[in-house]
Amino acid sequence: MPADQPLKQTPLNALHRELGAKMVPFAGYDMPVQYPLGILKEHLHTRAAAGVFDVSHMGQLRIKGADAAKRLEELVPGDLQALKTGRMRYSMFTDERAGILDDLMVTRFDDHLFVVVNAACKDADTAHLHKHLGSAVEPLTDRALIALQGPTAAAVMARHAPEAAAMAFMSGAYIKVAGVPAFVTRSGYTGEDGYEISVANDAVEGLARKLLAEPGVQAIGLGARDSLRLEAGLCLYGHDIDATTTPVEAALTWAISKRRRAEGGFPGAAIVQKQLAQGTTKLRVGIRPEGRAPAREGTEIADASGTVIGKITSGGFGPSVNGPVAMGYVSAANTAIGTTVHALVRGQKLPARVAAMPFAPHRYHRG
Amino acid sequence: MPERKFSKDHEWIEVDGGVGTVGITDYAQGQLGDVVFVELPVVGKKVAKGDNAAVVESVKAASEVYTPVSGEVTAINQAIVDDPAKVNAEAEGGAWFFKLKLGNAGELSGLMDRAAYDAFLKTL
Repeated sequence: MPADQPLKQTPLNALHRELGAKMVPFAGYDMPVQYPLGILKEHLHTRAAAGVFDVSHMGQLRIKGADAAKRLEELVPGDLQALKTGRMRYSMFTDERAGILDDLMVTRFDDHLFVVVNAACKDADTAHLHKHLGSAVEPLTDRALIALQGPTAAAVMARHAPEAAAMAFMSGAYIKVAGVPAFVTRSGYTGEDGYEISVANDAVEGLARKLLAEPGVQAIGLGARDSLRLEAGLCLYGHDIDATTTPVEAALTWAISKRRRAEGGFPGAAIVQKQLAQGTTKLRVGIRPEGRAPAREGTEIADASGTVIGKITSGGFGPSVNGPVAMGYVSAANTAIGTTVHALVRGQKLPARVAAMPFAPHRYHRG
Repeated sequence: MPERKFSKDHEWIEVDGGVGTVGITDYAQGQLGDVVFVELPVVGKKVAKGDNAAVVESVKAASEVYTPVSGEVTAINQAIVDDPAKVNAEAEGGAWFFKLKLGNAGELSGLMDRAAYDAFLKTL
């Protein structure tokens, strides 16, 4: 992102400032990293009640046509044709070397797909989609996106959109929220139950204010969004996954169905198939430092003999875990849960273990 | 009452009988956010003015604490290691970081008094 370009704003910029947010540059946008409550309490609040997140910086697109699922499968390893209408799936764009260009959420409808991509990648993703799918691709630049996340999200949402209560996890629907036409999915990036709500730019502030006026609903910044997703074991593009990591190395093989593994037909498929059959030299794993010191992004990981075997890609303090949590890549011989490793922090060898993720249990709606 | 001095890196020091007590300012703790981890120097360590002497970490990031003057560490505050949230609650009170025997008392004259530090904060 060129430093000399002015930061873009979401339609909620004025509201963030009114709420006392500390604003930071993120993916070219002026975004709230935290509100006066602070990252720690915002994180805990989201796990205890409900939080509203402005994620309007993310890219939203429609891919039109009854054959959109089949066509998008040429760019991603996800099984989109198996999706029933109104159902949603996580996938990733891959390149010819099976590197991950971005990760995305796809909801299928009879005559189109609704796609959400990362803010930092949206221009490149849009160009990539246009190149391969042409005029079927419709960027939705006039739409904002907010997430409502937490154990009371469903009860809050039900007061403004009664249909939302019955929605299954990982499904999407065009419904009204507080009278506003919206595209709603039951999904999120926190490990909690919740929704992402896409509405017209000019409708989002009114909706956000209505949700924030509900008892127990707090505005939550990007800082807590990051610690929540890390505890949930979810990847952050550009950190845990990028063009130098494949879906197999990133331990995202759960997102590649049996049919797609067998048939291939996405960029880098031969490499993915080979890695599925023969394994990889590195793998993304969870890391739990044993002490209190966080091991942050870029921290080297060594085995018991001191040989460097990998690197932390996301790490910090998990407020719900009440201790340090991290994820990163280690060499294939060191991926077993419980393997003793060392995080090399400020010249010290801090003991840590390879750990199962999520660090905080997922509490998705299983209705 | 010993005078308290402040650095542009937002540390405070209070000197009594050739021994300085060092902490971070209330402004610094506010900028950091909730402190979740503190690492302090070992007693006996010799530090030079401006050295990284301690580490303080919030949920989001790690920050270094620089010693505002040179000297030898004579004591550390274990209470903030055991309960890092104390740094937020009483940064300029009980949540001091370490004490050091001054190596060069002349370095104190390069630091700000309270009024000068408050004026400095207004420029940030």
